Amino acid sequence: MRRPVATAIARSATPGRSLWIPAVSIMAGSCMTIFPHIFVMPLLPPFGFLMLLGWRLLRPELFRIWAPVPLGLFDDLLSGQPLGSAMLLWTLCFLALDMVDRRMLWRDFRQDWIIGTAMIAGVIMGGAVIAWPGPSAGLPFIALGAQVALSAAMFPLVTRIVARLDSWRG
Amino acid sequence: MAPPAKRRPGHSRRAQYSLFLAYVLAIGGATLGLLLVVLSQFDPPAFAALRSAAAEIFMPVSSGADRTRRGIGSIPQAIGDYIRAGSQNDDLRRRLIAEQRLVRQARSLAYENARLRRLVRLQEGATDAIVTARLVSSTGSSTRRFGTLNAGRRHGVLPGQPVRGPDGLVGRVVETGINVSRVMLVTDPESVIPVRRARDGLPAFAYGHGDGLVEIRGVTTGVNAFRAGDQFVTSGAGGVFAPGTPVAQVTRPLGDSALARPFAHPDRLDFAVVQPIFLAAPPAPAGAEEP
Repeated sequence: MRRPVATAIARSATPGRSLWIPAVSIMAGSCMTIFPHIFVMPLLPPFGFLMLLGWRLLRPELFRIWAPVPLGLFDDLLSGQPLGSAMLLWTLCFLALDMVDRRMLWRDFRQDWIIGTAMIAGVIMGGAVIAWPGPSAGLPFIALGAQVALSAAMFPLVTRIVARLDSWRG
Repeated sequence: MAPPAKRRPGHSRRAQYSLFLAYVLAIGGATLGLLLVVLSQFDPPAFAALRSAAAEIFMPVSSGADRTRRGIGSIPQAIGDYIRAGSQNDDLRRRLIAEQRLVRQARSLAYENARLRRLVRLQEGATDAIVTARLVSSTGSSTRRFGTLNAGRRHGVLPGQPVRGPDGLVGRVVETGINVSRVMLVTDPESVIPVRRARDGLPAFAYGHGDGLVEIRGVTTGVNAFRAGDQFVTSGAGGVFAPGTPVAQVTRPLGDSALARPFAHPDRLDFAVVQPIFLAAPPAPAGAEEP
């Protein structure tokens, strides 16, 4: 695939750091669950997904469309969700963003934020439905709503971090 | 922001094929994810080995950070205690006198209880601790509620064993690795624990609610009048949990059921004790293997 001219001039020829930093930062986001905060409620934003979303919206050409499959597998191993749930949902999210890119070509950050919030809500709700044990248990809507709101509020911060990493990876 | 340039790969056949292949891989990966999800619905312990291997790798990080956090977290408490020392002292002294009376009563009751048990030759199950360990992390962003315990097969932990903290029941072990195990907390939506009301023995079940609470549902419908403050302990029915372990206290009665807050706060837990399964399952009757 041909790189856009502007980035191709600015980049070095080796793809080493340029692709490893995004991947490692997303995996580090997934690792946030191993830090010792024992939550009785699912409130922690899915940082791995937030990082992935940040990279995808800031640098749409960076990842191939299948990149969420291995990254989602890594997240599933640590998140406690049924295995395959992030693989499925994150990839669906990438496909959806691909369609959004086709419709809305020129976007500002506020629109990205709205799109990102919709994706976050979809992934969190989808994950809850996948982990839903059956009709005997209700879905904890309040906790899920709080988690979506918290994740949406963190989106600008994550975008900042991603932008900083992006300028550093050179 | 400028639109991405990857939409049109140009006239190069190679570039066009590689873009097509990327989409095939993405949709194939999503389908694989769906298959795995369906597979884990039907067989939850599948891939346990993979998950425990991941937990095994990250356990040292969790344990180390845990120690640091507990150290730092206790500082504000210590300062507050120092400032309120006088009033706290009076309060504690008053409470001590009241508690002493209760302890005397409880001691005589415990003695009487033991005597009566000997009298009826009650068969006792095992309640000694297998291992005492720390809960080091939990699944903070998923609706499934699991904790990670830093003890595993090497310490004698097996799937199914109940885990309790100093305040009450924490959950039960679902997967074990060599040095770590996963604990399904009582608030997990798949957790069901047979309980009884502490004051009159009313039988009920405690269903995990996924948001830090459990839902108490009576065994019979129509006659359960739950009140706020009702305390529930394990009943020992089913033989997994030893009877008498505190589980939860009702916060909001909802007619036929009630929402209750678990006694054990896994976020404030120092140590958790893994206990053996209270009564081992009876041997399968001969011929049970036949379809």
